[in-house]
Amino acid sequence: MTDASDGLTMVDAINRALHEAMAEDDTTAVMGQDVGVNGGVFRVTEGLIDDYGVARVIDTPLAESGIVGLAIGMAMNGARPIAEMQFSGFSYYALAQIENHAARIRWRTRGAHTVPLVIRMPYGAGVRALEHHSESREVFYGHMPGLKTVIPATPARAHALLHAAIRDPDPVIFMEPKAVYRQMREPIADDAEPAQIGTSRVVRRGKDLTLVSYGAMLHRALEAAETLAAEDIDIEVIDIETIAPLDAETIAKSVGQTGRLLIVNEAPPSYGAAGEIAMRVIEQEFYALRVPIRRVCGWDVHVPFFAREQTYLPSVDRIRGAARAMMAD
Amino acid sequence: MAARKASAKSAAKPNVSAEELMAYYRDMLLIRRFEEKAGQLYGMGLIGGFCHLYIGQEAVVVGLEAAAKEGDKRITSYRDHGHMLACGMDPKGVMAELTGREGGYSKGKGGSMHMFSKEKHFYGGHGIVGAQVPLGAGLAFSDKYKGNDNVTFTYFGDGAANQGQVYETFNMAALWDLPVIFVIENNQYAMGTAQARSTSSADIYVRGEAFGIPGEIVDGMDVLKVKEASEKAVAHCRAGKGPYILEIKTYRYRGHSMSDPAKYRTREEVQKMREERDPIEAVRSLLLTGKHASEDDLKAIDKEIKGIVNDAAEFSKESPEPALEELWTDIYAKGDAPQEEDA
Ligand SMILES: Cc1ncc(C[n+]2csc(CCOP(=O)(O)OP(=O)(O)O)c2C)c(N)n1
Ligand SMILES: [Mg+2]
Repeated sequence: MTDASDGLTMVDAINRALHEAMAEDDTTAVMGQDVGVNGGVFRVTEGLIDDYGVARVIDTPLAESGIVGLAIGMAMNGARPIAEMQFSGFSYYALAQIENHAARIRWRTRGAHTVPLVIRMPYGAGVRALEHHSESREVFYGHMPGLKTVIPATPARAHALLHAAIRDPDPVIFMEPKAVYRQMREPIADDAEPAQIGTSRVVRRGKDLTLVSYGAMLHRALEAAETLAAEDIDIEVIDIETIAPLDAETIAKSVGQTGRLLIVNEAPPSYGAAGEIAMRVIEQEFYALRVPIRRVCGWDVHVPFFAREQTYLPSVDRIRGAARAMMAD
Repeated sequence: MAARKASAKSAAKPNVSAEELMAYYRDMLLIRRFEEKAGQLYGMGLIGGFCHLYIGQEAVVVGLEAAAKEGDKRITSYRDHGHMLACGMDPKGVMAELTGREGGYSKGKGGSMHMFSKEKHFYGGHGIVGAQVPLGAGLAFSDKYKGNDNVTFTYFGDGAANQGQVYETFNMAALWDLPVIFVIENNQYAMGTAQARSTSSADIYVRGEAFGIPGEIVDGMDVLKVKEASEKAVAHCRAGKGPYILEIKTYRYRGHSMSDPAKYRTREEVQKMREERDPIEAVRSLLLTGKHASEDDLKAIDKEIKGIVNDAAEFSKESPEPALEELWTDIYAKGDAPQEEDA
């Protein structure tokens, strides 16, 4: 974690990973609406078409279900497609293809066919973009066996995780927190290694309370942790990075030491990732818990109008309030 | 409809009265000025979310609405400001929705893309490209079931025309003879993608032929031609003959939304359209050369519209932001959603 003013934004970091992957492996192809000539709605795919041409950087028609279905077919026949959904809110047109085919082809063909496909999609609130453009529906994907769902929180992690996703033999839903796209910069080494999908990452050590988050909310969780240090509350922060398959071990181990678990994410709470994380910890470390588990999430409402967007999102204050209450319990 | 004498060569349109021409001029100008103001407010940071301007396409909705009657319905995409103004919705309510205020048509909760008016039978603004098309056919299905002769104008873009739902809908509309007019607003681009780069056929309306749906190309920069086509399509639908497709060739002058790198077309292309095919200029010159209006008459209209748009802008700044409780309203009928305290 760094607030260095030099380095790459998340947009640049993902762009760099795409350039590197395209250079490394000529079975990769980038496809989606306006990913070529226009360089993507968020400029994430800028310059790819100049370097790799229209055969591998494919401006598709406006047809999400078709794009994903096509990409699955390509993947079954030797390609490693990296498809872009302009916003995660448009990926629902493609849900049927993802659920019925991407996630199941390996299983259905008893391993004869695989779908090494990455579907990238910006998600999440915080940029005043209103509904369809602000939701956090990672559990749609996390719920499907056969899929991996990954959410990077910083530019360097986005770079490392995207490399891992592209190399992964199975389909990966790669959700990019658009609120972080240009919020921070991070240096990325020339020889940066791919990350390990399916591992949670301890980003701050602490002994009083385990604070688990991911995506854009990780930064609020960290801010809450830093500021609570002044109140002598020592918080361990974990970035789960992979929604599914979830690395619960790392979290459970931490809770085994702190005895307190607070989960922060921006999705509606009901049937969300926070519930799953809590359950996995209960299964492993129930007796270590000193106080009830808490979560600070969005609300069970539609992502609201921009005037109230910050009320919807977990604020640093709400996170601090929950942590203090847990320490007082 | 009062007949009028043909004067200038291009003015030879026998089936339109001076009053109608004036009304089209006024309605188109209102949309243009409204959109210019919206662009300014966006630039000032007053409008959140997205803002897709209709400038250049005014003749499409104004021409289509000319053939509508009470009870007819309209549904469209996110590029919806023009449609709302053309069907008589209040510019104040539209502008206040853009700024996310309580006085907006969606109480400030929808923004530019999501507004509705039950009273004016405007079934939205929809942000998911192509998704309004089956909804439009459903509206028409209900009217047919009720046995009235209303039609539904279902608008979508050239880009949306590549979504599969559109063809599921064409099939059902033709199968059940639904009174729906599919209006393809072909402004030649879907965001940064030119039609030829995304669409296998040069014309889109021909896809209807496979389903047995008649259709035609219409010059969308000429409000009279749009009106004529609209009358024809409406008559077809009202007579119970099933759906009709109008592929209206139009052009948007501004970027796709307010952030548009504009790498996909030349300035000259836009400039040429504005100079040679502007739909408002065309009617203006018809009015003047036909001596249906004087420069002073038109100035008076300009002034009136300026006033309306300024009032709308003022209202959109003064109207308060929606109350905090609005976060939890209208999720369910009884407000069953959890309140902040419960969470
Ligand atoms: C399902 C879906 N995919 C993508 C988008 C992003 N998007 C919004 S408008 C647009 C282009 C639509 O073009 P067209 O249908 O021609 O309408 P126009 O904007 O030209 O009026 C795209 C790709 C979206 N809103 N919904
Ligand atoms: Mg278009």
